[in-house]
Amino acid sequence: MHPVRKQRLLIVLAIVVLSSIAIGLLVFALRDNINLFYPPAKFSAGEVPHDVRLRAGGCVQPGSVVRDESSLEVNFQLVDPTGKLKVQYEGILPDLFAEGEAAVVNGVWRDDKVFYADQVLAKHDENYMPPEVAEAMNNGEMHQATCEGAEYDS
Amino acid sequence: MIPELGHFALILSLALSAALFVVPLWGAYRLSQPLMLAGRSLAAGQLLMVTVAFVILGWAFLHDDFSVSYVANHSNSLMPVYYKLSAIWGGHEGSLLLWILMLSGWTFAIAIFSRSLPLDMQARVLAVMGFVATGFLMFILFTSNPFDRILPLSPQEGADLNPLLQDPGLIFHPPLLYMGYVGFSSVFAFAIAALLTGKLDTAWARWSRPWATVAWAFLTLGLALGSWWAYYELGWGGWWFWDPVENAAFMPWLVGTALIHSLAVTEKRGLFKSWTILLAIFAFSLSLLGTFLVRSGVLTSVHAFANDPDRGLFILVFLAVVVGASLLLFALRAPVIKNAPSFNLLSRETLLLANNILLMIAMITVLFGTLFPLVADALKLGKYSVGAPYFNLTFIPFMTIICLLMGIAPESRWKRTNGSPLAKVVSGPAVLSLALGIAVPILLGDFAFSMVLAVFIGSWVGLTTLWDLWRKSQNSQGRWVGLRKLSLSYWGMIIAHCGIAVSVLGVCLNSHYADMDKVRMDVGQPVTVAGYQFTLEKLEQVRGPNYMADQAVVVMSKDDRVLRVLKPQKRRYFASGQIMTEVALDPGFTRDVYVAMGDKINAQSWAMRIHYMRFVRWIWLGALMMALGGMFAVIDKRYRKRKSAASPTPQEA
Repeated sequence: MHPVRKQRLLIVLAIVVLSSIAIGLLVFALRDNINLFYPPAKFSAGEVPHDVRLRAGGCVQPGSVVRDESSLEVNFQLVDPTGKLKVQYEGILPDLFAEGEAAVVNGVWRDDKVFYADQVLAKHDENYMPPEVAEAMNNGEMHQATCEGAEYDS
Repeated sequence: MIPELGHFALILSLALSAALFVVPLWGAYRLSQPLMLAGRSLAAGQLLMVTVAFVILGWAFLHDDFSVSYVANHSNSLMPVYYKLSAIWGGHEGSLLLWILMLSGWTFAIAIFSRSLPLDMQARVLAVMGFVATGFLMFILFTSNPFDRILPLSPQEGADLNPLLQDPGLIFHPPLLYMGYVGFSSVFAFAIAALLTGKLDTAWARWSRPWATVAWAFLTLGLALGSWWAYYELGWGGWWFWDPVENAAFMPWLVGTALIHSLAVTEKRGLFKSWTILLAIFAFSLSLLGTFLVRSGVLTSVHAFANDPDRGLFILVFLAVVVGASLLLFALRAPVIKNAPSFNLLSRETLLLANNILLMIAMITVLFGTLFPLVADALKLGKYSVGAPYFNLTFIPFMTIICLLMGIAPESRWKRTNGSPLAKVVSGPAVLSLALGIAVPILLGDFAFSMVLAVFIGSWVGLTTLWDLWRKSQNSQGRWVGLRKLSLSYWGMIIAHCGIAVSVLGVCLNSHYADMDKVRMDVGQPVTVAGYQFTLEKLEQVRGPNYMADQAVVVMSKDDRVLRVLKPQKRRYFASGQIMTEVALDPGFTRDVYVAMGDKINAQSWAMRIHYMRFVRWIWLGALMMALGGMFAVIDKRYRKRKSAASPTPQEA
């Protein structure tokens, strides 16, 4: 083969090989590391798979936050207009986590119907509402997109 | 009255930037010298007007003019003066104004420092800058005017700046980052001007190279500062979160890194011309994409200030126009690739090409991870989030290969390199790196193969670079003469590559050896974390200028010797009622100790997080070295000769 063509072929091959590795890694990494979001309503309806990493979000029901006296375990409930989700988390909650405010959690939903969160995200400032949560609150009968307007009858 | 003057100044600068876009371009077309020269004055006028607007916004902040809605939303009379001033860019409108100020500064700098350029070339470069400025000024005037008033019922008190931003980090991080971000617009302008004239020679690469390097150095500094700020301010104990907004600034950095390397090939060897042009277009497009992601509110992030679909749409359209038009121009005008590649398969050209390909692939994986949730959402596939493990898994392998190649690249020669002498040269550093790779994890007390690899790679980059310096500084008149004979741009490369080595070591060692404990701390009861004793002495209340804080006094000691008294705080800001954790740090060259208050358990005890962050400072030290290396490369006298009419360094205005 002509040396120039051979060189060009090798460069192209290198690009192809590297890109394939990249795509392979990408697909492999995506499989385990993307988290689908579910609102509490889906959990109540039982439409959420167990034992898979996922993301949930809603408003923290006032009065539901219970801290363990001896450890750093916290239990609370996330609600949206039609559903409820029990969450357990061990660790320190973010500064802006509060009852009656929006929160998003990452973790696994186990067979005992408790969501074991390893990460709790709260809003970044006063007026901020996670878009997923805002949408979840809007899908139901209520039309307010904030947690303040929500009615918490338990 | 005064804020209206600011608004008026912005309108005037829009008129000037529109003229800057049209007049020199028309002049270059008609070959009219006065019209082309007008670009310089227009650039100066635009900078002046934008500066006036910026100063007036600052005046409104200083005088607590809460009738200006932007000031009312981002300031408070209790805030210290320096935060009032840095609050100018603490929100959407003001940071956009800073963007435009930077852009005008770069435009003016081009007008001043590239007088040695052919006049028509300079005119076209300035016109492209004028086009970008026009777009952004229209954006600020039509969708996000910082001078909007709340009249007649203006508030008596401001809503306060987001407490996360009330930190010295805000003073420096956005300006530095924007310097870099916006700086790529100058390289973009050079690329477009070259495509317009059709003169894609090595001179083009020589002109744009210093600008690209300066922009890249500033972006490096801005990213490092942002990472350091997030590390101590967000209080999560991390320094990089693969947050979409971090990615938005990181992607231009990756492409910018590819660009400064490919510019080297284009300047020295006249190769990869079209590729370099394309990279310049990509770097700026990614800066615009970053602006879109951050400013449109499509992302959930600390940086997302506002949620306004109009704004997003405007930037998206502008992005489409810029990218579409420049790619079209590229397709029409890009030089035809010559037939014979005039370099061998093992040569510096190939290695730099590999650097470019790898950086681009890494950028694309980051881009994919960043945009995937947005695209999935838009296509109604569900609401996804892509986590940090994805990025680590896809990004690290490519960085590993880059680092391996980086060791041999400085030793290689242009055109062709012989394999066996090269292997002989790098065998010494390779053996030494392997020894270090095995020794360091053992010394640190936790042996892991991933760390052997990590330390090997970090040391490999550092040692091969230093070895190259050692070899190239050999001189018959002695080492000192040899060292002084090396060019500044060579020194720049050495420093920047050593910076990579330091950062790589910091990142890897920190990721494995950092330790974190969430502990319950009771007054008087010591806890032990990572060999240090921490005793909560007392809990107290302190008052700051615009907040009250619960403060814990924690004594940190080792072997009964007190090392430091740490005072982490949990602040409550008056105006917004927001709670903020203020961490306490004991910094050190090989480790940071970091205490953050978590939740109050009762009057005598708090849940706290104690981080033992090993080698975390190295990450930013390395980035500082990279930026310093970039600056060294720019002040090389090669570029000064070309610009004899102007002062030596391209400086920001």
